[in-house]
Amino acid sequence: MRDDFPIFKNNPRLVYLDSAATIQRPQAVIDCISDFYERFNANVHRGIYDLSEHATQLYEGARKRIAAYIGAESVIFTRNTTESINLVAHLFEEQLGAQDEILLTEMEHHSNIVPWYLLAKKTGAVLQVVNIDDNGDLDLDDFAKKLTPRTKIFCVTHISNVLGTVNPLKELIEKAHRNGTLVCVDGAQSLAHEKVDVRELDCDYFASSAHKAYGPTGIGILYAKKELLKNARPYQGGGSMIHRVSFEKISFAEPPMRYEAGTPNISGAIGMGAAIDYIQKIGLTTLLQHDKTLLAYAQKRFKEIPAIAIIGNPKKRSGILSFRLGKLHPHDVATALNTETIAIRAGNHCAQPLMKRLNEPGTTRISFGIYNTFDDIDRLVAALEKTLKILS
Amino acid sequence: MDELAELYQSILLEHNKNPHNKKKIQCVSCSAEGYNATCGDEINVDLELDNDVIKDIGFTGQGCAISQASGSLMTLFVQGKPKQEAAELANKVIGMLAGDAPIDPAQWGDLAALGGVRQFPARIKCATLAWHALLSALKQ
Ligand SMILES: Cc1ncc(COP(=O)(O)O)c(C=O)c1O
Repeated sequence: MRDDFPIFKNNPRLVYLDSAATIQRPQAVIDCISDFYERFNANVHRGIYDLSEHATQLYEGARKRIAAYIGAESVIFTRNTTESINLVAHLFEEQLGAQDEILLTEMEHHSNIVPWYLLAKKTGAVLQVVNIDDNGDLDLDDFAKKLTPRTKIFCVTHISNVLGTVNPLKELIEKAHRNGTLVCVDGAQSLAHEKVDVRELDCDYFASSAHKAYGPTGIGILYAKKELLKNARPYQGGGSMIHRVSFEKISFAEPPMRYEAGTPNISGAIGMGAAIDYIQKIGLTTLLQHDKTLLAYAQKRFKEIPAIAIIGNPKKRSGILSFRLGKLHPHDVATALNTETIAIRAGNHCAQPLMKRLNEPGTTRISFGIYNTFDDIDRLVAALEKTLKILS
Repeated sequence: MDELAELYQSILLEHNKNPHNKKKIQCVSCSAEGYNATCGDEINVDLELDNDVIKDIGFTGQGCAISQASGSLMTLFVQGKPKQEAAELANKVIGMLAGDAPIDPAQWGDLAALGGVRQFPARIKCATLAWHALLSALKQ
């Protein structure tokens, strides 16, 4: 599988353990993007000529395959998870007031905090936060307590990008719905690491990015239930998102076009389609098994070094593991590993409130892709032992 | 890992382990916080001034070995100095770390040890954090 990824041909010694930040791309996805520019490049939804027609088919075809992959009829193309969540927050702007509450969790990424904070400031609504327990799971009692008649929307990550916690979405969504609360899922880490079926989950909004799922940067998706978008206000204004325009009156296009103002990221969308094809070719079951096997192996090897403390112990963990190495600061560890061409992430992972809860200045984190091997973990562990010797 | 030994010279590791003037001071004339949003390093620098001379200096906060060692070294170098001179030194250190001129140990003394970060561009900010905080405190 490693052979599918040209980055390793160009960097033969690279041990890449930072796929949760952004994953490496297979040749098939890279080829699909250059192929588009070399053979089919034209704007979409505009030209009468064949080339534009073909580009439109590729773009809309990608949308269909991506939507089908998550069990949806359609999706809106955005830049990334962050933009998708900002879009959802924007939709709520005219619906919230000082009597309303927005419910978040302690393990959210800044992307799923800041848009809601801004919305709360604008509308007067109040932010509430579900606590996590010491294992890094959501505290379900606290969730039940904070879910009140005032709670209009619950915003929760599918997978924690720090602890790897996979949240019990179905149960959370069911409880929220029984309370009359809508649910927005941050699925940034999901597409290549967990099964997503928005219909089965019954989530109201689902946001994700391609670049963590073997696809290009600059493209993401937002799924929203059809009835929630039907009469929803527009987001950005411009070409493509309109039906009729005069200086006196403008009518808007139906979703998803209403939310895709201007020329979209055409090659990105097509590349994301190719990434989903790649995932399906390998098979999600294989991807999940790979995460699981590597995770178990890393945990076993980490236990051999007393100075390593794994952070959190969630009931279900994805291919993401944060740890502490003795008293060393995560950045010093990352610098040391870098000198051995091992790429890992260190810092607060855009989750400062979670760091505060964990009482850590930051963590050292590894995360997997299908190209990682046992040998990667062995090299990591050897480098960690060496780091301990040099820096302690 | 050979470059690593150059970055983490024993003098820096020692300052990190046993930092000087890592304390809250009694009569704070001015203080400032330095915060590095990408990594979360934070340093708070307190100064006690006596007629524009730095009578006492203390720093608190947490961060990587480089940021802590740099803060510790800084306090040793500016204590007892007039404001003006301390600010000049801070600017010189920041310039030295961002530049590529050879570092003469005779000129820089123990501060020369910070020069190792120049091979690690992502870490330069760690080494300059305390000095930037000092500059902000002096501006008040
Ligand atoms: C849990 C989580 N949410 C949101 C994001 C933001 O994704 P993006 O930067 O692609 O918008 C990330 C990415 O790091 C993430 O891990």
